[in-house]
Amino acid sequence: MTANELLPLAVLASSLVPGLVIFTLPEAWVGTRSALNLFGALAKLALVGVLLAGVNEGQDYAVRYEALPGLDIAFKADGLGLLFVTLSALLWLLTTLYAIGYLERSPRRSRFFGFFSICVTATMGIAMAGNLFTFFVFYELLTLSTFPLVVHRGTEQAMKAGTLYLAYTLAGGTVLLTGIVWLHHLLGHTEFAHGGIVAALGPQAAGQLKVIFVLLIAGLAVKAALVPLHGWLPRAMVAPAPVSALLHAVAVVKAGAFGIIRIVYEIYGIELAQSLELLTPLAVVAAATILWGSLRALFQDDLKRRLAFSTVSQVAYIVLGVTLFGPVGTVGGLVHLVHQGIMKVTLFFCAGNFAETLGIHKVSETDGAGRRMPLSAAAFSIAALGMMGAPLTAGAISKAWLIDGAHAAGMDWAAWVLWTSSLLNAAYFLPILGRLWLRRAPAAWPEERIARRGWRETAWLLLLPPLATAAATLAAGIFSQVELSPLDWARLIAEREYPPPAAE
Amino acid sequence: MTDPMAWLVLLPLGWASLAFLLGPGRGALAAIIGLAAQLWLVADLAAAVSAAGARTHAVGGWGAPLGIDLAADGLSVVMLLLMQAVALPLAVYARAYFAPEPDEARYFWPMTGFLVAAANALFLSADLFNLYVALELLGLAAVGLVAAGGGAPRLAAALRYLLATLVGSGAYLLGVAALYGTYGTVSIATLTPLLAAGQAPALVWIAGGAMLAGLAVKTALFPFHFWLPPAHGGAPAPVSALLSGLVVKASFYLILRLWLGPLGELASAAAGTAWLLALLGSVAILWGSYQAIRAAHLKMLIAYSTVAQLGYLFLIFPLLAVPSAAQAGVMHVFAHGFAKAAMFAAAGALIRATGQDTVAGLAGLAERLPLTLFAFGLAGLTLMGLPPSAGFLAKWQLIEAALAQGYWFVAVVVLAGGLLAAFYVLRVLRQAFLSAPAAGALRPVPRTLEWTAFALAAASVLLGFRGVDLLALLAAGGAP
Repeated sequence: MTANELLPLAVLASSLVPGLVIFTLPEAWVGTRSALNLFGALAKLALVGVLLAGVNEGQDYAVRYEALPGLDIAFKADGLGLLFVTLSALLWLLTTLYAIGYLERSPRRSRFFGFFSICVTATMGIAMAGNLFTFFVFYELLTLSTFPLVVHRGTEQAMKAGTLYLAYTLAGGTVLLTGIVWLHHLLGHTEFAHGGIVAALGPQAAGQLKVIFVLLIAGLAVKAALVPLHGWLPRAMVAPAPVSALLHAVAVVKAGAFGIIRIVYEIYGIELAQSLELLTPLAVVAAATILWGSLRALFQDDLKRRLAFSTVSQVAYIVLGVTLFGPVGTVGGLVHLVHQGIMKVTLFFCAGNFAETLGIHKVSETDGAGRRMPLSAAAFSIAALGMMGAPLTAGAISKAWLIDGAHAAGMDWAAWVLWTSSLLNAAYFLPILGRLWLRRAPAAWPEERIARRGWRETAWLLLLPPLATAAATLAAGIFSQVELSPLDWARLIAEREYPPPAAE
Repeated sequence: MTDPMAWLVLLPLGWASLAFLLGPGRGALAAIIGLAAQLWLVADLAAAVSAAGARTHAVGGWGAPLGIDLAADGLSVVMLLLMQAVALPLAVYARAYFAPEPDEARYFWPMTGFLVAAANALFLSADLFNLYVALELLGLAAVGLVAAGGGAPRLAAALRYLLATLVGSGAYLLGVAALYGTYGTVSIATLTPLLAAGQAPALVWIAGGAMLAGLAVKTALFPFHFWLPPAHGGAPAPVSALLSGLVVKASFYLILRLWLGPLGELASAAAGTAWLLALLGSVAILWGSYQAIRAAHLKMLIAYSTVAQLGYLFLIFPLLAVPSAAQAGVMHVFAHGFAKAAMFAAAGALIRATGQDTVAGLAGLAERLPLTLFAFGLAGLTLMGLPPSAGFLAKWQLIEAALAQGYWFVAVVVLAGGLLAAFYVLRVLRQAFLSAPAAGALRPVPRTLEWTAFALAAASVLLGFRGVDLLALLAAGGAP
C-alpha cells in the first residue's frame, strides 16, 4: 500500500480506533478517555491537513477493497469530499471538547464517547466514499451509531424520539438501497465521477432513471430533513446538546445533503439532471422546506425545538443551491454546507450553555440572560445574525451567492423564497436576541447549576467551543476571498463541475 | 485413513463417547479440543479443495457402489466450515454455561458430538441413502438435546420436534426408495444424468415431491414451522444456538444440493414449485417477523426470527438462473448461522443475569451488561441485513438477482423483511437502553458467556469483508 492509499484509511482509523478503545475503558478513567478523544481529533485534523494540501496540488488519494465480485468499497479524497471532511473534523474537535465539559460527572460516558467516535468515522466514510455502495455502507453505520446517542438519557421521551429517528432513517435507508441496487444493476457500477455516470445508459433509460432519482433523493431526504420527511429532527432535540450539534451540524443532516450533492453532480451530472427535468421538482421541495421550517420555527417556545426547525429550513438552502442550474448557485449551496454547520453548531452550543448553566430551556425564559452570560449570548447573537444573512457573517456570503445563483438560473421565484426566509429568520431570531440583551433578568434563574467565576460565566470547556465557532462565522464572512476559505474551495469544486464553456 | 473427510465424521463420534464416559466436566474439554481439531481439518480440506478441486474418498478402500464414498466440493466445504466455526465457540460458551449445573450437561456433550458427526456426515455424503442416515441421526440428536433438560414443557416441545423430524425424514426416505426402485441407484453422481436424460415417470415426480416436502418440514418452512419456536425457544441457550444457527441449515443444504443436482431437471420442468417455495418463504418472513414483534419472551422472539430468516433461503429458488442467487443463499446461511448463534448466546447471558426471560425484564441492561447487548446488537445488524455485515451482502445479491430477472416481488419482500427485522431487534435494544427502574440485583454472568457471544456476533459482521473469499471457496471444485 502506498501512502496515498493509506491516508484516507488513516483518517477513518483516527476516530474508529480511539472509539473502540474507549468502549472498553472503565467509567472513572476520565483522563485517559479525554486524552484518547482529543488525540484522535487532533490526529484526524493533522491528517486532513495533509490531504487538503495534497489535493490542492492535484494529488490523488484513492483506495479500494473488493467486497463482492464487481462490488467495491472505495474511498477517495476529492475536493467535494474534503469540504465535508474538513468541516466535520474541525467541528468534531470542538464538539468533543464541549461534550467533555457537558457530560462531566454524568453516567455512561464510555458508551457515549465510543459511539460518538463511530459517528464521526461514519461521517468521514460518507465524505470520502468513492461510490454509492460505500456511501450507503457508512450512511447506515451513521444511522445505527447515532441511535444510542439520541437515547443516551434513557428516558421514555428519549426512547420515543430515538425510535422515531430509527423508523424514519431505516425506512429511508431501505428506499435508498433500492435505488442503489437498481442503478448498480443497470450500470454495473456506481462510481462517483465529475459530470455523472448515468449518461452512458442512453436516452431509452430516461424513465427508469427518473424513478431511481426519486428513490435515491427520497432516501437521502429523510436525513436531510426535507419536508415532509423532517418529523424526526425536532423530536430528536431531547438528546444532550453535543448530540444535537452532531445531528444538526457535524454529521447527520449534512450526510443527507451531501448525498444529494453527490447524486446530482456525480451520479446524474447536472446537465442530465436538468434535461431529465429533475431539478425543478427538487427545487420546489427545497423551497417548501425552507418556508415551512421557518414558519414552524416562529411558533416554538422550546429553544432547541426552534433551532431544530431552523435547521430544517437552512439545510434546504444547500439543496436549493444544488438545484440552481449554473455555477453560481452551486457555489452557494456548497459553501452553505460549511457555513450552516459552523453557525448551527454555535447556536446549539449556546443553547446547551443556557440550559446547563441556568436551566433555561424555553425562549420565554431567556430574558436578561445576556447580562448573566454575555459571552455565550454574544456567540449566539453572531450565529443568529449569520442565519439571517447579516453582513460580515458567513450567512451573508451563502445568501448572496444563492440569490445570485437563482437569478442566473432564471429562477427568480427561488430568490423570493430566500428573501422571505430571511425575513422569517429575523422574525424568529430577533425576539430571542431582544430578550437576551434588552429584557431585565428575573429574580432567580430556573435552575442555576454553574456559578459565575470572574469573567467565566460557565465552565470553560463549555465556553470555548461556541466562541471559536462564532469567530469562525465572522471569519468566513469577512475573509471569504482568502485562499482555502470555504468560499474559495467551493468555487474550485464548482469550476470542475461546470467546465469553462458552460460557465458564464 | 488419512483423509480429513473421514476424520471429520469420526472425531466427533470419538469425543462424544469420551464425554459420555468422562462426565460433563472433562467431557467439555474433550469436546472443545475435538472441535478445534475439526476446525483445523476443515481448513486443511478447504485448502485442498481450493487447490485441486472437488474430491472423493472411498471409506476403507471400498468405493461406491459397494462401499461408502465421501465427497467434498465447494458447497460441502463451506457448510463444514460454518458448522465447526460456530460449534467451537458455542462449546466454549456451553462449558461456562453449564458449569453451575453439571447435571443438565450430562447428555449435552455426547448428544452434541453425535449431532456434529451427523451434520458433517451429511455434508460429505455422496448418496441419497447415506444422506438419509445422517439426516435421521441429526434429527434424533437434536431432539435429544431439547429433551435432555427435562421438565414438562421441554418434553412436549421435544415430542413435537420428534414428530416433525420423523415425518420429514420419513417422507424423504420414501422418495429415496422410489428413486432407487426406478433407477436402481442412490448415488447422486449416477442419478443426476439418469434423471436429466429422459422423461421422468410419475413415480419419480412423486419421489421428488416427497423429498422436497420432507426436507421443507425439517427446515421449518412456513407452514411447517410449528415445531420450531417451542423447541428452539424452550431449550437451554447453547442448544437453541446450535439448533437455530446450524441444524436447520443442514436440511436446507440438502434441498439445495438436490435442486442443483439430481432433481434439477424436474425443478426446471415444474417452475411453479420454485415459486411455491418462494411464496411460502415470503409468508414465512412476514409471519415469523410478525410473531417475533409480538413475542413476550426473548427466546421466543429469537426463535420466530429464525422462522423469518429461513424464509429468505427459499426466495432464491426462482432466481437460480443467475449464479448470484445460490451465492446469496449460501451467504445468508453463513451470516445467519453466526448471527443467530450469537443472539441465542447473548440471550442466554441476559437470562442468566436477570433470572427471567421476558423482553420487558431487560430494562436497563445496556448499562450493566454492555458487551452482551453489543453482541445482540451486532447480531441484529446482520439479521436486518445492514452493512457491513455478511447479511447485507446476501441481501444485496438477492435483490440484484431479483432485479436482473425482473422479479420485483422478491426484491420488495427482501427489503420489507429487513425493516421488520429492525422492528423486533429494536424492541429488545430499546428496552435495554431504558434507564433501569431500580431493578433487583443481577446474578453474576461469567465473562466467557459474554465474550463468546460477542465473538460470534462480530464474526457475522466482519465476514462481510471476506465475502469474496467465501464465494471463491464455494465455487472451488466446480460446485453446483
